[in-house]
Amino acid sequence: MAQQAQSLFSRDLVIAAIKGSCVKLDPRTLVRNPVMFTTAVVATLSTALWFGTIAGSEPGKGLFQGQLVLWLWLTVLFGNFAEALAEGRGKAQAASLRATKAELMAKRMLGVGETYEIIPAGQLSVEEIVLVETGDLIPADGEVVWGVASVNEAAITGESAPVIREAGGDRSAVTAGTRVISDSIKVKITAGPGQGFLDRMIALVEGASRQKTPNEIALTILLVGLTIIFLIAVGTLPAFAHYAGGMIAVPVLVALFVTLIPTTISALLSAIGIAGMDRLVRFNVLAKSGRAVEAAGDVDTLLLDKTGTITIGDRQATAFITLPGISERELIEAARLASVADETPEGRSIVALAGEGAPAPAEAITIPFTAQTRVSGVDIGIRQLRKGAVDAVLRLLGDRANKDAVAALRRCTEDIARSGGTPLAVADGDRLLGAVHLKDVIKAGVRERFAELRRMGIRTVMITGDNQLTAAAIAAEAGVDDFLAEATPEQKLDLIRKEQAGGKLVAMCGDGTNDAPALAQSDVGVAMNTGTQAAREAGNMVDLDNDPTKLIEIVGLGKQLLMTRGSLTTFSIANDVAKYFAILPAIFVVLYPGLGVLNVMGLSSPDSAILSAIIFNALIIPALVPLALKGVKYRPASAGALLSRNLSIYGLGGLVAPFVGIKIIDMAVSGLGLA
Amino acid sequence: MTVQGWMFIILFIALIAAIARPMGAFLFALYDGRPMPLLGPVERGFYRIGGVDPARDQSWRGYAIALLLFNLFGVALLYAVLRLQGVLPFNPQGFGAVSSDLAFNTAISFVTNTNWQSYGGETTLSHFSQMFALTVQNFLSAGTGIAVAFALIRGFARRDTKGIGNFWADMTRATLYLLLPLSIILTIVYIALGVPQTFAASVDATTLEGAKQTLALGPVASQLAIKMLGTNGGGFFNVNSAHPFENPTALTNFIQMLSIFAIGAGLTWTFGKAVGNTRQGWAILGTMLLLFTVGVAITYWAEAGGNPLITHLGVSDTLGNMEGKDVRFGIVASTLFAVVTTAASCGAVIAMHDSFMPLGSLMPLFNMHLGELIIGGVGAGLYGMLLYCLLAVFVAGLMVGRTPEYVGKKIEAREVKLAVLAIASLPLAILGLTALASVTDAGLAGRLNMGPHGFTEILYAFTSAAANNGSAFGGLTANTPFYNGLLALGMFIGRFFVIIPVLAIAGSLAAKRHTPEGAGSFPTTGALWIGLLTAIILIVGGLTFLPALALGPGADQAALMAGFVQ
Repeated sequence: MAQQAQSLFSRDLVIAAIKGSCVKLDPRTLVRNPVMFTTAVVATLSTALWFGTIAGSEPGKGLFQGQLVLWLWLTVLFGNFAEALAEGRGKAQAASLRATKAELMAKRMLGVGETYEIIPAGQLSVEEIVLVETGDLIPADGEVVWGVASVNEAAITGESAPVIREAGGDRSAVTAGTRVISDSIKVKITAGPGQGFLDRMIALVEGASRQKTPNEIALTILLVGLTIIFLIAVGTLPAFAHYAGGMIAVPVLVALFVTLIPTTISALLSAIGIAGMDRLVRFNVLAKSGRAVEAAGDVDTLLLDKTGTITIGDRQATAFITLPGISERELIEAARLASVADETPEGRSIVALAGEGAPAPAEAITIPFTAQTRVSGVDIGIRQLRKGAVDAVLRLLGDRANKDAVAALRRCTEDIARSGGTPLAVADGDRLLGAVHLKDVIKAGVRERFAELRRMGIRTVMITGDNQLTAAAIAAEAGVDDFLAEATPEQKLDLIRKEQAGGKLVAMCGDGTNDAPALAQSDVGVAMNTGTQAAREAGNMVDLDNDPTKLIEIVGLGKQLLMTRGSLTTFSIANDVAKYFAILPAIFVVLYPGLGVLNVMGLSSPDSAILSAIIFNALIIPALVPLALKGVKYRPASAGALLSRNLSIYGLGGLVAPFVGIKIIDMAVSGLGLA
Repeated sequence: MTVQGWMFIILFIALIAAIARPMGAFLFALYDGRPMPLLGPVERGFYRIGGVDPARDQSWRGYAIALLLFNLFGVALLYAVLRLQGVLPFNPQGFGAVSSDLAFNTAISFVTNTNWQSYGGETTLSHFSQMFALTVQNFLSAGTGIAVAFALIRGFARRDTKGIGNFWADMTRATLYLLLPLSIILTIVYIALGVPQTFAASVDATTLEGAKQTLALGPVASQLAIKMLGTNGGGFFNVNSAHPFENPTALTNFIQMLSIFAIGAGLTWTFGKAVGNTRQGWAILGTMLLLFTVGVAITYWAEAGGNPLITHLGVSDTLGNMEGKDVRFGIVASTLFAVVTTAASCGAVIAMHDSFMPLGSLMPLFNMHLGELIIGGVGAGLYGMLLYCLLAVFVAGLMVGRTPEYVGKKIEAREVKLAVLAIASLPLAILGLTALASVTDAGLAGRLNMGPHGFTEILYAFTSAAANNGSAFGGLTANTPFYNGLLALGMFIGRFFVIIPVLAIAGSLAAKRHTPEGAGSFPTTGALWIGLLTAIILIVGGLTFLPALALGPGADQAALMAGFVQ
């Protein structure tokens, strides 16, 4: 679901957002955004005054004031629109998720033999056991308590390859809405109705359960503070004007006040936050809170699991090692034949290493890899060629294996393990032939990624179960800053604590139950969706794709969210300079004609200047909505480089843009004879 | 403008940059609580008498309460002395009690390091009042500023702790080891250079024309030293350092300017040293000096250009605008002094700011509007600037994709709230009180001029008070109950509505853990940061006052350009 990118301004979304922006005029909603609430209050006040003007003594001023009132309300509505649009995009995703959820039914076990009843999934409660058979959808989040099954989790992850779910161990968690495609399992429900993973995800993308993050709260305080300072600046003006023997009309004061207070960033603030979470969801990562996304931007140390992140998860065959008395040709040929039908990366790498050879005869019967046997191969007539993990092959052979051959195999596989590789045993019937040396292969481009992270000031630490020697070799090859070899969960936890004591924020990913303490301790803990329930509860993010490499992108998304917020804040504040120079001369030229020199933009008339400033102030909000929703461009770089780039775009841009914009609007306004 | 003029200005800036490090290093020793030679027993004696354990840290609340009590006690004592000066000793001229509103205003003024003077010193105050009330507060208000700066520095430098130092220890050490010895040295220098130091009241002299003239005398040198060093600015004489006895030569003038900036510049280095990166301190000093240089350039340009209206009359104005300036100092020294004294919240003057060209008077006003942060009052300059650092880091820091940090401390809701509170108190006091005075009869009555210039007089008075500067624009008659009261209110807000939030920030920061700096940290050193910080100061601190400045000096200047006086 998450992959279907929606156009930013699809018609339905925009129409819904326009409706939403009117609904959000409800003061109880508006008050959550103090600056926009203030704007709405002064807009109301201006509206009342406008009615007074058109009914009263100066109907000639009615047109001008009416336009001011209109644009004040538009400012508020544009702000609402930004938020509604961001929420609308989330809701569209939620709707497709909900469609999956609505039809879920459950086979609830009755506790007597294998009998069950069929009930709607919504009626399930925690601790109940349900049966899920081939073709069924899993009705609620839970843990497999019996059986093994392959499950298609495409509904959640968008990945069509099925995954194995089995009772016990680290792969026991199942998610509502996913489909069992083979075998059957019994699942103990772990989340009550409305509490499941899917429910939380829906609530999250809808923005319903969104709370302001700490950084958002701090920013809101700053914006309120600036509003108060500008209230003082504008509120004292009537007294100063009175001193100068003149007076300033209230609508003009209101216009000055509204243009000065940071309406732009206030209008976009919540949209930025919602869009940031949304980007993460589109990326198939579910953050449990906005706080976690912000923390991702702050991460100093990344703990990366070697397998899958740094090395290709599936190892590659690099050598054939024969047992005494076995010719190399025989071993290679057997390994090749046993792997021809094997489509896994390991299998293909064995075939590739073996080189050209006769294809498997027509009568060959492929023996596929199963979770139970953990061995695969081929039957050609009476020949039974098998390859698999050393223990699995030995278990298969049982007592039939030659004792000396077993001892020889043990010796050579230990050598392989010591050098950091993984051995596979190859057998022909009862006869052990030798071993295949599988080796870790560093992923293409990771070295560059780590160098990039280093420039961003992020330290990478490789976590591996390998021994010191192997780990050091791989670490050096991959270019990580540090490594933790023969890592136990306790060591992982200690490492995180140590980093944190040094004031660093740590991110990691994990899937097993024994990862749970470390996931909980880390500042950003990304649990794999295939992981155990404990791991998923302990982390503050869940990766639906089970791709540990994503940790790096998650950091990028966190940074992008903060950068977008900061850039638009800077832009908004920098805008004030031009607005002062548009409105102040318009107000003061009446009092002291000489102050016309402050009209550096050469705006055509005082009324036009004021109107142009307020129009610019309103229009800039929808103009920036795409940027707020997409996020500012993010490229990994050092803080200094990022600052100079963003400061020149959004800081200098924020200074210059309104000068140009207000001037253009002024020409239009005076050209159309609006003021 | 002349080449010599600019060389003079550049020499001054270079000397300030040179003083920063040695002064900062000494201040760091004080900050750090290191034992000092010679006066150690005296220091410990004070603690014993006061029952203070200097090693016992106070929480920010404890620190703030001690500071407030101490300062309020100072107000009460000062008020009492001024009211009772008629019966107190060292009163050779037999001055009577100071009026209640003036005494109140003066008490607040000297305790808040403002030294706004609604009175003429030599015609109102006895020697006892000058020395035991005012001069003592000159030391203590400066000491208070340094103590607050120390407390805030500790907030940044410490981690995971509640304590921000001990107010009594900071106060004692700053006064005993820094202000007192330096003042004694400077006093002797001033005496050697011709400043009077005597208990005699005045001498009568016969002029060349045979007329009789009374020359006021007194313990001038001792008050002069701390007046500059502590950025107090309250002169012995009414015309302050424009008086030939309070500033006899070009050399005393130069020393006075240097001593105004010395401690403020040094504290920036102390800050950098304490947070473990002296470049942080240099960045702050760099920002201060950048704003300072621009201010000097504008003022110098405005004053050296002279008054076009006078030129139109056919009077040669090649010297520049010399109205209200002493020929001994001329344009360069007068403008430099004006910018120094308003940047540093000192308030001493050697020329009448009222007589500056409108643009020339705009700069001193603007300096004060920014909140005494260009070098600033001792201590106040550093903590004022650090407030803006927090703001700048918070606004722009997000742009590098991290939650904002400054020198290793995360800046969060609480710090932002307190910093905004402190920063907002200045426009509230200046604009609010100016608005009040400009619409009430009592406020309008004090003006010397009508029109925008009269407005500038009122604006300047409240600006000077709230920024704790104390310099007078001249023109305004401020010794009325109305102005004495409101100005005292402005001074109080400008001082303590900043200090309390600053101490709270110190407490909040000290409790935080420290984030080590890395390539991903927001850079708070270097040119980019200096530019950013300057922009934030100008936009947030400066733009707020643009309307008021436009209606005062702005309207004046516009009229001048149009060829008439408004």
